[in-house]
Amino acid sequence: MNKVPSALRIGLRRGSLEVKQFSRQRESVVFTLFFPVILLVIFGSVFQNTISPGVTFSQYFVAGMIASGLVNTGFQALAITIPMERDVGALKRLRGTPMPASSYFIGKAILIFASMAVQIIMLLGFGVLFFGLEMPTEMSKWITFTWLVILGSACSTALGIAFSIVPKSGRGASAVVSPIVIILQFFSGVFFVFTQLPTWMQQVAAIFPLKWLTQGMRSVFLPDSFAAEEVANSWEIGRTFVILMIWLAIGIFFSVRKFKWDRD
Amino acid sequence: MSLIEVKGLKKNYGDLQAVRGLDLQIEQGEIFSLLGPNGAGKTTTVEILEGFRTRDSGSVSVLGVDPQIKGHESRIWRNRIGIVLQNSADAGDLSVGETVKHFSNYYSNPLDVQEVIHSVGLDEKQGSLIRNLSGGQRRRLDVALGIIGNPELLFLDEPTTGFDPQARRAFWSLIQQLRSDGTTILLTTHYLDEAQALADRVAVINHGQIVEISTPTELGGRATAQATVQWRDGAQIKLEKTDNPTALVSKLSTHFGGEIPELIVTRPSLEDIYLEMIGNPNE
Repeated sequence: MNKVPSALRIGLRRGSLEVKQFSRQRESVVFTLFFPVILLVIFGSVFQNTISPGVTFSQYFVAGMIASGLVNTGFQALAITIPMERDVGALKRLRGTPMPASSYFIGKAILIFASMAVQIIMLLGFGVLFFGLEMPTEMSKWITFTWLVILGSACSTALGIAFSIVPKSGRGASAVVSPIVIILQFFSGVFFVFTQLPTWMQQVAAIFPLKWLTQGMRSVFLPDSFAAEEVANSWEIGRTFVILMIWLAIGIFFSVRKFKWDRD
Repeated sequence: MSLIEVKGLKKNYGDLQAVRGLDLQIEQGEIFSLLGPNGAGKTTTVEILEGFRTRDSGSVSVLGVDPQIKGHESRIWRNRIGIVLQNSADAGDLSVGETVKHFSNYYSNPLDVQEVIHSVGLDEKQGSLIRNLSGGQRRRLDVALGIIGNPELLFLDEPTTGFDPQARRAFWSLIQQLRSDGTTILLTTHYLDEAQALADRVAVINHGQIVEISTPTELGGRATAQATVQWRDGAQIKLEKTDNPTALVSKLSTHFGGEIPELIVTRPSLEDIYLEMIGNPNE
């Protein structure tokens, strides 16, 4: 009689509920899914210069936008919406049911992964059609791409849930979270070519996951010859994997230990 | 063993002693109402019972389990209780049916989704988005989510705040129905008439302690308190306090030769007794 449904089963149900809820919020759908594409169109149209033989800034930028989409869609969205859910009592209500915290986290991860998938398809589509992006042909690049998206989404989800404990209220959350993301984007080689940034900026960026995600995405979408122009003269795929795993572990640790269900 | 047993419960917030040595027993199948002014320790006590807050000392048992329990044990315990909180305003983009159905997935033995929606009177709103519900309908949905798991114990926190009188009456009969189905209910409310209408027993809590526990009709010696008899004598309204209202009425009836003009016999209301008990809040 007291056999409660498993955390995974409830988590999958929560995932489909989260996606359903999200798809009905027109503003957030437009903002989350189209904003990166709008940025791509603007930047891709303004900066049409070639940054290296065979590599245009718009190609460089598409790789950066996919990486930074992972941060926007996961970290930024969750760190803002979870405090809002907390404000309206939704989290406290869930806390009062047999639903375990892990199911709530699984639901969020599914939501982030699903919206990321849609966003990537749109960015790649626009990139290929209008900005000279070339799809990789080697299998190994697609494998790198796949784990970057999965690990990046997971990392971004975990860190977003962990960071949701910082904003005191849903109303103030955006003001706390958005500047962090924007600064990180400037530092991590999304809007500018990373190697052209001051060294201290590069060093700060290297602590955080976004720089590694952008570099990883460049390894997928730019020719291998470009690796020589990265800071370490290589794509540093192994190191990227390790650093993302470390951030994922940090995110999960704080999410599990410190998650706040109630305002006080 | 009682369904809820609390002994010597204490909780401080810094220097503030919110709950100081509270004892309470709630029996299976009753509607038990906690009354008390804001800041009396009512919410703290209920949140400790609901497992939302930790206590500083004392013992607490809810359905034979310590609410501070963690992990899987806590899930099994929560599977047996239902909580209806104040001010939940979430999930506006889902329909009533979707939400109740979804919450039923959290429990091992949920009630039938259709039956629950019917019992809270939301059949016609089944397909409506939550954000389009009125305040009263929303509250009914809160109750539906609280009972979908077929709980043995239901916590109801200020359930009818903001209801119109008609909606309150309908809500009360829903709660009475739940009790007759065997659910034990812990009701916190600001409305004394609500406690009067619903509760089998009430506890008045003030300054973090229980002042008295009794039935609504007997609280504070209410049943045996002096009655006030009021009637019209010519142009004058007369009032008399008496221990023997029947004798007085009988005397008056003889005096008027039958019907007494504008006769009213009252005893102190639950509200009068309650206000006397909690004293001047500025003391």
